[in-house]
This record gives sequence, C-alpha cells and structure tokens, in this order.
Amino acid sequence: MNTNLKKLLLQMADDELILGHRNSEWTGLGPMMEEDIAFSSMAQDKLGHALGLFELLHKDFEEMDADTLAFRRAENELTCCHLVELPIREYDFSLVRHFMFDHAEYLRYDALSLSSFTPLATLARKYRSEIKYHIMHANTWMKHLTFANEESKTRIQSAIDEIYPMALGIFEANYDENTLQEENIFIGEKALKVIWENNIKELFSKWNLTLPFGNNQAFFGGRKGLHTEYLQPLLLEMSEVLRYDESAEDW
Amino acid sequence: MMTSIRPDEIYTALATIQDPEIPVLSVLDLGMITHIDIKENYVLVKMIPTYAACPAVNYIRNHIKKNLEETLAIQVIVELDNTILWNSDRITDIAKKKLKNFGIATPKKLANCNNLEEYFDGTPCVHCESNNTVLKTPFGSTLCRAIHYCLDCKQSFEHFKPLE
Repeated sequence: MNTNLKKLLLQMADDELILGHRNSEWTGLGPMMEEDIAFSSMAQDKLGHALGLFELLHKDFEEMDADTLAFRRAENELTCCHLVELPIREYDFSLVRHFMFDHAEYLRYDALSLSSFTPLATLARKYRSEIKYHIMHANTWMKHLTFANEESKTRIQSAIDEIYPMALGIFEANYDENTLQEENIFIGEKALKVIWENNIKELFSKWNLTLPFGNNQAFFGGRKGLHTEYLQPLLLEMSEVLRYDESAEDW
Repeated sequence: MMTSIRPDEIYTALATIQDPEIPVLSVLDLGMITHIDIKENYVLVKMIPTYAACPAVNYIRNHIKKNLEETLAIQVIVELDNTILWNSDRITDIAKKKLKNFGIATPKKLANCNNLEEYFDGTPCVHCESNNTVLKTPFGSTLCRAIHYCLDCKQSFEHFKPLE
C-alpha cells in the first residue's frame, strides 16, 4: 500500500470535512439570502468531496468506513490545516478564507486529474468542474467588495494580511512529496504553492490588492495532528448526535 | 435458465423514475444510467449522480431498485458507477425541452473560457427568451442550479449549471 498517497488523501479529506462544516455555519446567517445559499451549497459540495475521498481510503487503503473517519477520530488524528478550523467570524474573514482555500483546491484537483492513480484522477476531474463555481463565487465577491467603498476594501485587505500565513498552512505536506512526484501521482505541495501564489497575485494586481510583505511564518502543525483551540469544540459539535445515541436503533 | 426480461422492459420502467429535485425528468432523461446487465437471476443497473454531493443519490438508488423489482418481479441490484463522470451533455435533447418547460434554463455549453462570471451573463431567459440577462449567483435552490435575472422582463429564473 502506498502510505504517502494515503496520507495525501487523508489530509485532503480532512480539510474538506472541516471547512465544509465551518461553511455550513453560515446557513441561516448569511448577510443576504443568496450568500446564505452559496455558503450552504459549498458546504454540501465539500462534504460530498470529503465523503468520496473517505470512501476511496476505505476501499483501497484499509481505512475505517467514512462515518468512522469523519465522526469518531480523536482530535490529534485529524490532519486538517489550521486555516479550515477557525470559526467563521465575520463575512470578510469567511470570504477571504474561501477565496484562498478554493483557489488552492481547484489547482490541486487540476493537477490530480492527471494522476497515475486512476481512481483519484477520476474523482479529481469531477470535483474540479464543481469547484469552478466556488472560485467564480469567491472572485465575484472579492471584486465587488474591493471596489465597493473604502471600508469594504480595507476590510478585505486586512483579512488577506491576516489569513495569508494561515493559508500557507494548506501546503504543509504530511507525506513524501518527491516520492509521489516520481510516481506521477501528484506534483506535491511546494509546486502547488508556486502555481497558487502566481494565480492569486495576478488577480490581486487587477484588483489593487496585495499579499502581505515580509517574512510570513506559515501556520504549520495541522497535518501532524497539532491543532488550534477551535477544532476540538467543532468535533464535539459534529459528533454530538452520534454520541447521544450510538446505535440509533430507536429511529 | 436465463431470465426472460428484455432490455426494453427495463428502460421503460426506468423512464418512469423521476428525479426528486426536478420531477419532470427521469433518471434516463438526465443520463444518470450508465449500464444495465441482465444476469441469470437478477438485473444489474449502474448509475451516476449529477453532482458528487447530490443528496438524492441514495433515495434515487433505492427508488430504482424498489420500482424495478415491483415491475419486473426479479431481484435488482443498483450500483454506483465509479468509472464514468456525469456531465451536462448527458441530458437528452427531449429532456432539455422538458427542463425549459418546467422553468429551468438548460445548461449553457461550457466553452473554454477564462471568465466564467461574464460567460454566464446572457443565458436566455426562460420567461421571455431575452438574452439581456445577468447571473445573480452560481448557487440556487439545489446544487445543480444557478440563479439569473432578466433585465427585460424583470424576473428571476434558474439555470441548470453545466458540468464538464
């Protein structure tokens, strides 16, 4: 069994699972109905993508079933990055996080669509075409708010300054990148980060936004099971019903 | 002994099984069925979801099984096909007409475009056929729909979002 590939799949699935749950916290609270629906729909997509990856791990990598992986693991067994764990806060924070994460996600699936591991390449092609709409959504609102007024522009720029080092945590590798590269399975996090950053810089130059200067210390540790204080309460909430009635036999 | 069930009987039955979210379209109209196989003592049906996270997949799967078993009086196994991806070209031409009559614009062909936002403006209005329309949001009442607005007849309408 390819343990590097297994770790890659798990970190991808964990990111999708946790950000999916965070996005769903906008259900009923969006600043306008369309945004309520957008974040809810993206949450649904993310959980669907997590499910597909968990099922692949179960089928081909001797992992537990999807429900167990999603709802019964301890906090330090999750390998999601810090960016996805943080609470939704205000809309500017959620929007910029969604923008940063989904651009990386799109490029990741784009690269994986050429993977020598066919089951993953097939999933990646499907997910890529769905995430196009997430990017479209993120770009539309980033642009709107950047050009709306001074306050909205300032808020978007300061959210970028704060989130960028967290977003760099997406590219923490929990597996041997060179091996997966040699096996033509995946280009690896370092290569992905370069494409991602170029992509974002190009958009930002059109919108007069900037990435923070200087030495940005990436938020690493998530892939190794070291998380922020926000993950554990979220996991408890996600598994609350399950823990309340383990077998659910009376339903 | 082989079963005496013919493929056309299976297809006729499948044509009556509607998508719960778009009740004018059957699973065949939507191109969700990828394969049928008549075995010695059961029928195998393979299907694919439209969107990966479609919440109706299990409902549809059970519905196909139950419906075919009742109609054909034979065991039916419905599997998800992991080898084929759904894309909007799988919707049949007749289904596209049904979709439009139901009030949902048919999937616009995805050309190789860099600016999806602008590309989706101008999707023909289902009420007045005008092209003077804008995309309001790429997410709608179900995962597969976007919401557009017609600047001529001043009404909103939904669009079945294309997938490649």
